[in-house]
Amino acid sequence: MIQYIIRRVLYAFPLLLGVNILTFVLFFVVNSPEDMARMQLGHKHVTEQAVENWKQQRGYHLPLLWNAEAGGAGKVTETIFFQKSAGLFWFDFGISDSDRRNIGADIKQRMWPSLAVALPTLVLGLITNICVALLMVLFRRSYLEFGGIVLCVVLMSVSSLFYIIGGQFFIGKVLKLVPISGYDGGLQALKFIVLPIVIGVLSGIGSGARWYRTLFLEEVEKDYVRTARAKGLSETQVLFRHVLKNAMIPILTGVVVVLPLLFMGSLIMESFFSIPGLGSYTIDAINSQDFAIVRSMVFLGSVLYIFGLLLTDISYTLVDPRVRLS
Amino acid sequence: MVVLWTDALIFVLLIGMIVLSVYMLRNPRMTRPLRQIGTSKTGMVSLTVLLFFVAVGLLDSMHFHSKDSNEIVSVLDQWLSPIRLHGEKTYSAPFAAHLFGKELMVLEDGGPVWAYPRLQYGGAHLDDPESELFYDVLMKASFGFIKSAIPAAIVLVLLVQKFRHRQNALISQASAKAVAWTIFWIVTLCATLLELSSYYHVLGTDKVGEDVLYQAIKSIRTGLVIGTLTTLIMLPLAIVFGILAGFFRGWVDDTIQYLYTTLNSIPSVLLIAASILVVQVYMAKNEEQFTSLIVRADMRLLFLCIILGVTSWTGLCRMLRAETLKLREMEYVQAASALGVRRRIILFRHILPNVMHIVLISVVLDFSSLVLAEAVLSYINIGVDPTTHSWGNMINGARLEMAREPVVWWSLTASFLFMFTLVLAANLFADSVRDAFDPRRMG
Amino acid sequence: MNRSPVLEVKNLTVKFGSDNPVVDAIGFEVHAGETFAIVGESGSGKSITALSILRLLPVNASVVADEVNLNGVDLLRKAEYELCKIRGRRVALIFQDPMSSLNPVMTVGEQIAEVLKLHFSMTKKAIRQRVIELLTRVEIPEPEKRAGEYPHQLSGGQRQRVMIAIALAGEPDLLIADEPTTALDVTIQAQILALLKAIQHKTGMALWLISHDLALVSTMADRIAVMQKGKIVETGRSASIFQNPTHPYTRKLLDALPSMDSCLGHKREEKPSLLKIDEFKVYYPIRKGIFKRVVGHVRAVDGVSFEIEHGKTLALVGESGCGKTTLGKSLLNLIPAYSGQVIMDGIALNKLTGEALRRKRADIQIVFQDPFSSMNPRMLVSEIIDEGIRALYPEVDAVDRHARVIDLLERVDLPPDSAHRYPHEFSGGQRQRICIARALAVQPKMIVCDEPTSALDVSVQAQIIELLKDLQKEQGVSYLFITHDLGVVAEIADEVAVMYRGKIVEHGEVEQVLLNPKNAYTRELLAAVPRLQNKDV
Repeated sequence: MIQYIIRRVLYAFPLLLGVNILTFVLFFVVNSPEDMARMQLGHKHVTEQAVENWKQQRGYHLPLLWNAEAGGAGKVTETIFFQKSAGLFWFDFGISDSDRRNIGADIKQRMWPSLAVALPTLVLGLITNICVALLMVLFRRSYLEFGGIVLCVVLMSVSSLFYIIGGQFFIGKVLKLVPISGYDGGLQALKFIVLPIVIGVLSGIGSGARWYRTLFLEEVEKDYVRTARAKGLSETQVLFRHVLKNAMIPILTGVVVVLPLLFMGSLIMESFFSIPGLGSYTIDAINSQDFAIVRSMVFLGSVLYIFGLLLTDISYTLVDPRVRLS
Repeated sequence: MVVLWTDALIFVLLIGMIVLSVYMLRNPRMTRPLRQIGTSKTGMVSLTVLLFFVAVGLLDSMHFHSKDSNEIVSVLDQWLSPIRLHGEKTYSAPFAAHLFGKELMVLEDGGPVWAYPRLQYGGAHLDDPESELFYDVLMKASFGFIKSAIPAAIVLVLLVQKFRHRQNALISQASAKAVAWTIFWIVTLCATLLELSSYYHVLGTDKVGEDVLYQAIKSIRTGLVIGTLTTLIMLPLAIVFGILAGFFRGWVDDTIQYLYTTLNSIPSVLLIAASILVVQVYMAKNEEQFTSLIVRADMRLLFLCIILGVTSWTGLCRMLRAETLKLREMEYVQAASALGVRRRIILFRHILPNVMHIVLISVVLDFSSLVLAEAVLSYINIGVDPTTHSWGNMINGARLEMAREPVVWWSLTASFLFMFTLVLAANLFADSVRDAFDPRRMG
Repeated sequence: MNRSPVLEVKNLTVKFGSDNPVVDAIGFEVHAGETFAIVGESGSGKSITALSILRLLPVNASVVADEVNLNGVDLLRKAEYELCKIRGRRVALIFQDPMSSLNPVMTVGEQIAEVLKLHFSMTKKAIRQRVIELLTRVEIPEPEKRAGEYPHQLSGGQRQRVMIAIALAGEPDLLIADEPTTALDVTIQAQILALLKAIQHKTGMALWLISHDLALVSTMADRIAVMQKGKIVETGRSASIFQNPTHPYTRKLLDALPSMDSCLGHKREEKPSLLKIDEFKVYYPIRKGIFKRVVGHVRAVDGVSFEIEHGKTLALVGESGCGKTTLGKSLLNLIPAYSGQVIMDGIALNKLTGEALRRKRADIQIVFQDPFSSMNPRMLVSEIIDEGIRALYPEVDAVDRHARVIDLLERVDLPPDSAHRYPHEFSGGQRQRICIARALAVQPKMIVCDEPTSALDVSVQAQIIELLKDLQKEQGVSYLFITHDLGVVAEIADEVAVMYRGKIVEHGEVEQVLLNPKNAYTRELLAAVPRLQNKDV
C-alpha cells in the first residue's frame, strides 16, 4: 500500500512536467515575451524600454528553453521555462503578469468561496441523484419509472446556462427570495450561495440520476441479488441492504476523483453569480491573457486531479474488500 | 461558389456517413440492431428531427458570392433573404409592429413626441396594428399552414401506402406512421413560419435589429459543425491510440497512457482556453491570411473543433484500450495467432470490427454534449467567433438584458427552443442506438 | 413411502412474453426426507421451474399452475409479503456459481446472520453463536475467523458451503439445490454432495436436486424426473429409471454417458514420436515494490516432460488451476515458456521467432473450450475456416480455398451452405465442429483440444468425441486432449497424464491409469467421480 502510494507520487512528476511543457509550448509557440509585454502594456504605442522593463520585472528577459550564454547547469536553469516551472513544484506560483499580485496569496484567499459553493453542490447533488435513481429502480417497469426516465432526458437536454439564467430570473428576480448574485464573508455568504447550489444540484439531476439508475440496474441483475431474494428479503430490503452497498462503490469512487478539484470552483457558476472564487479568477485571467495565472491554475488543477486519482485508488481499498493495491 | 474549410469537411463527413449507412444496410450482421432502431418510435422520430436539422445545416454549408453585394452567403441565406435583410433598428418583440423602446420622433406637424416608432418591416403592411394585428397573424398562419399541409399530406399518404406492404422492412409500421406525422408537422411548421416571416419578426429582433429567428436558424450549422467535426478529429486519435495501447501493451501502452493522463489532468476548460488564446494571437498576427470576416470566423470555428477534438479523445481512448485488452485475450484472437495470421491483420480483422459498436455509441452520445458545450464556451468567450451565429452567442448577448424592465426574453427563448429540440432529439436517438448496439443491453 | 408431500406441483406452465412455454404443464411432488432430482440438458427449463415456484423470475415471466402447494400453502396465490416469510424459511435455494451468488461486499457472517434476523427474533449474541454453529455444521475450518471474511477470500468449495449454511439458517422444509456442484472440481463436488446427504439425514428435510449430470443424480436421488424441452418425459424411482428407462430420450441420455469401462481392451501399438517436451516450465512473474521488480514466480507449469506419438491421443487431466490450459497454450507459443523446449520433428518450436515461427504454426493447432467466444462473431464461417489457409498458404487461390472449406465442412458433418452463415446461427456443438474444421484447415500434425466438450450437453459431447476419433483415424493427427472429465478420457485417450499443481504426478497407458492408478492423487480423483449406479444391477 505505502509502496503503491510512493510509486504513484513518483509517477506524478513526469506527468506534471508534461503538463508544464504542454502549457509552455502552447503559450510560446506563437507568442513571444515581447508580444505579451506589448499586449499587457496596451499594444503599439510603447517604448522598447517599457517592454524591457516589463520583461525584466516579471522574469521574461531570459531565453525560453536554452540559455547558451550561461555556463554549466545555468544553460538549463537560467531560462524562462525553468524559472517559471521549478517554483510550481513547491507551490510557489510567483506573481501575476498583469498587476504583479502574489498568485499564491490570491489562490489561498479565493479557494474558500469556491469550496463553499462547490462542496455543498456536490454532496447535495449526490444525495438527490441517488434518491431519484433509487426511486426509479424501486418502481421499475411502472409508469413512475417511465416518467422519471423521460424527465431525466428532458432535464439533461437543457443547457446549464438556462438553469442559471432561469434560476436567477425566477428565484432571484420574480420571487426575490435571495440576491441574484454577489458574495459576502462569514455567515452572510449563506444567502448568496443558496441559489448557485440549488441550481447546481438541479442542473445535474438529469444526467446524474440516469447514470446511477443504470448502475443500480446493472447490480439488480446480478446473482447475489437473486440469493438475497431467495433468503426472503423484500424488494426494498434487497435494494437498500445489497444493491445500494454494491452500487455505491463505483459512485463513491467516481466522486472522489473530483473532490480535490472542488477547490478550483466552477467557472460558469462563479462568474454568473459574481462569487470571488478561483473559477472567476481563472476566467478573468483568461480574458486578460495573464499567462502566469493561467499556468498556475493549470498546474494546480493537474496536481489536484492526480491527487484525486490517488485518492480514488485508496478509497477503492476502503469500500471494496476485493481490491488490494499493488 | 466558395468552399470554406468547414464546408469541405462537412461534406467529407457526409460522404463518410452515407458510405457507413450503405455498409450497415448491406451487412446482414447489422440487420438486427438496425431493425431494433427501426421499431423504436422515439428513435425514428428523433432521427427524423435530427435529419431535418442536418438538412438545414447542409443548406447553410454551400456558400457563394452574392450577386448584389460582394458578401459570401449560403444557399440558406439566399432562401431566407426576406428575413435576413429585413433588419430593424433595435429590439422589437415577437410579432410586434413597433420597436421595443420609446424614441423621440418628429410628428408630421413638426412637434416632437416620445413614443414607440413603427417597425420598418415587421407588420409594416398594417394600417392600424392595434386592431388588425391578431387577426392578420392568425390569417397568415392559417394560410401558410393550409398551403403546405395539403401537398404534404398527399405526398406522405401516397408514400406510406406504397411501402405499406413491403415485407422485411427495417422500419416498423408504427414508427413509419410516427415518422410521417413528424415530417408533416415539420413541413407545415416551416411553411407557416416562412409565410409569417415575410410580414413579421416571429421571434422578434435583437439589439442591432437582426431577426432572432434567422439567428437561431443560422446557429444550427454552428451546433452541428461542433458536434460532428470534433468527433471526426477525435475519432482517429482515440481509435489508433486506444487499440494500439491495448493490443501491444508494453512501452506503447505506457507512452499512450502517459499521454492521456497528462492531457486529462489539465482542467479541460483551461486547456481549451489556452489553446483558443493561442489561436487568437495567431490570427491577430496573420491577419492578411483571412480575407473576409466570414473566412476568419470559419477558421476559428475549425480551430475550436480541432481543440475540442484534441482535448476530448482521452475518454474514448481509455474505453477502447480496456476493450482491446479484453478482446486480445479472446479465444478467437488466440486462434488467429495460432493460425499464423499476422498481427497487423488480426488488428484489422478481429479487434477493430469488434470495438466499432463502442465507437458508434460514443459518437452519438458525444454529439449532444458538444452542442451544449459550445454554448458554455461561447459564454466565457473561448467559443466560436463573436460574429458567428451560435446559440451560445445569442445567450451571451441576451443575458444582460434580463435585468431590463420589461424583460427582453425572446433571444433566450429562441436559442433555448432550438437547442433543446436538437439536443433532446440527439439524446433520444443516442438512447435507441445504445439499446440496439450495446451487447450488455441485448435481451 | 406414504409420507405426505412437502411440495406438490400440478400443471405448471411458465412463459416469457408471448414465446413458447419454457416449462410446459409439468407436475411432480417432493416428499419429506427424500431426495428428488430433475435431470435435463441445458435449456430444458429445469432451473426456471425452481425459480418459478418461489416467484423469483423476472416480471416478464408468466407463471400459471393449477396448484403449487407447499405444506398446504398455495404459493402462487400468496401475496408478495407473505411469500417473503416463506422464502429462506420454509424453502431455501442453493445456486450454481457460489462466487457470484454471494454478495461480494458483505462478510460471510453477515450474510448468514441476515437470514436469522429476518426470520427469527434472536438476540445479537444468539445470532452470532448460531452463525458459528452453522459454519461448523457445513464443516468450515476456523468458523470464528471465517465469519468475518469476505467471499473472495474463501475457496470455491468453501463458498458453496457458506451458501449451504445460508440455506440451512432458516431451517427449511425443502432445500432446492440448482446445479450445486457444476462450477466445482470433482473432488470438491464429492465433498459437497456428501455434506448435503449428511445434513439431509440429520434434519430430515426434503432435497430437490437439479442437475444435468445423470451419474451424479444416480448417486444422490431417490426419485428422478427427466425433463426435455420444458416437459417432464419420465418420472420414477431412481433405480427403476436407470435399469429400465422407458422414454427414448432417457435412453439416449444414458447411452451418451461416457463410461470408465470404455478404455478396456485398449490396444497399444508403437508409433514414431511427434512432439516431445522436456522439463518444460511456464512461470508468471510476481512484481512488487516501488519499481515493480520481479520478486518471484507463480509456477504454473513446473517441469513437465512427455512425448506424443503420431496419430495418438494424450489426455492431460487435472483440476482447475493445475496448469493444464497454460501448458496447452504455451505448446503453441501463445504463452511464452520460462524454460524447456517444445521439439517437433527435431525443431524447437518455442525458440523460433517472427516469420519462421509463423510458418511452423501450421503444424500444431488448438480447439478451445468455449464455442461462443472462440469465433469472431463478425466473420462468416467460410472466412473463419479459410483464415489459416490465407495466412499460411497464400499461394492457394480463392477457388481452391472455397473447395477446401466445403470439403472441411463435410468432414465435420456440417452442410456446405454453412459457409455463408455467421457463427451465432449455430448451436454449441455445431460451433465446436466449425472450430475443429478451422484447426484442420492448415493440415496440422497435432491439435491441442482444450476442454472441447465441457461446455456441451452429454449427447452432443459424445458426438464431438466420435468426430475427433474418426478424424484421427482418417488423417493420423495427434491430440493433446486437456480435460477434467475422466469419463471422456476413457473414451478417447491412448495415454493419460495426471497433472497436479503444475507437475505431472502420474503418466501411463489409459487402462493402467484409470483402472489401476498408482498415485494417491489419481486415486482420489477417480474415487470422486460419480458413477452411474444400478446400471447393470
